[in-house]
Amino acid sequence: MAKGILGTKVGMTQIFNDAGKLVPVTVVKCEPNVVLQKKTNETDGYEAVQLGYKDKRESLANKPERGHVAKSNTNPKRYIREIIGKELGNFEVGQEIGVNIFESGEIVDVTGTSKGKGFQGNIKRHNQSRGPMTHGSHYHRGPGSMGPIDPMHVRKGKNLPGHMGAERVTIQNLEIVTVDEEKNLLLIKGNVPGPRRGLLFIKNGIKQGDIEVLNPEQYIKQEEPETQEQPETQEKPEAQEETIKEES
Amino acid sequence: MSTQNLISEITNEYLKTDLPEFRPGDRVKVSVRIKEGSRERIQVFEGLVIKKQGGGVSETFTVRKVSFGVGIERTFPVHTPAIAKIEVVRKGKVRRAKLNYIRGRSAKQSRIKERR
Repeated sequence: MAKGILGTKVGMTQIFNDAGKLVPVTVVKCEPNVVLQKKTNETDGYEAVQLGYKDKRESLANKPERGHVAKSNTNPKRYIREIIGKELGNFEVGQEIGVNIFESGEIVDVTGTSKGKGFQGNIKRHNQSRGPMTHGSHYHRGPGSMGPIDPMHVRKGKNLPGHMGAERVTIQNLEIVTVDEEKNLLLIKGNVPGPRRGLLFIKNGIKQGDIEVLNPEQYIKQEEPETQEQPETQEKPEAQEETIKEES
Repeated sequence: MSTQNLISEITNEYLKTDLPEFRPGDRVKVSVRIKEGSRERIQVFEGLVIKKQGGGVSETFTVRKVSFGVGIERTFPVHTPAIAKIEVVRKGKVRRAKLNYIRGRSAKQSRIKERR
């Protein structure tokens, strides 16, 4: 139940809002995503849209990949992800989804892979506290008690040192500050998971209620000659958004 | 385009070009826009620049004044649109970049020589 787009984290900076206050933003570059495949209830048992992001060299793609992208007349893609739901279902195979499916002020969820921290102890990994370093304590940064003696084994779920980071993380309810259609940029308030140049999946906020099915004609750039109609069509999604916010 | 170029391209449009040059030790008048409902008025905050921090769009400066015997410090982003004008009243000659020592000084001790 979502609309979304794949992008790359560029970095963080600050910009001024209308009140003259500095707002911390993450810059996300989202070159247009291509619809590679549509999954339907009849053929696949569920509804989804498969998006391809970022071209890769032809030589890096194997034969099945090349055949798959040939159906949508595009180059092989480095990242391929699915969005489940029928909101993007009106887009046809081969059409491009750009940053303009979002607008400033919208609330989104951002998914990425967090920075890897390597093998870490309990204090960093599980926010445990340290013991006294002096006064003969002999207990400095250890993991604490292994639990009761009775079961004769360590209970499942005991917090222990181990590998930390480099896992899938979603941050919910981030605000989109600016949408730059020319440069294909989204400026999202606050921080998002992952290192620079990391893959991000930006979806509409799941806690903001359902959204309506998108009409591709409003979002595809080829209809630029009809400049008079475009402002009208862009007002419609705003109206929809407002009603959604009122409901939630 | 490199990522740094892209980010500076985004922030460049916010940078002001008509700023006067001022340093810690200078006495400045800052004209701050204040919104009251729909009306907007300008309030002047005059005092001593005690530090400048950061760079680019997020550069800030701190102005200190003593009002009715109480020290007041305000920190502004240099490039914020909420500042209408910055005016240098007097240039000061100081030997450090952060004038935090001035907080503990009396009015007589906190005098700063003028820079020519």
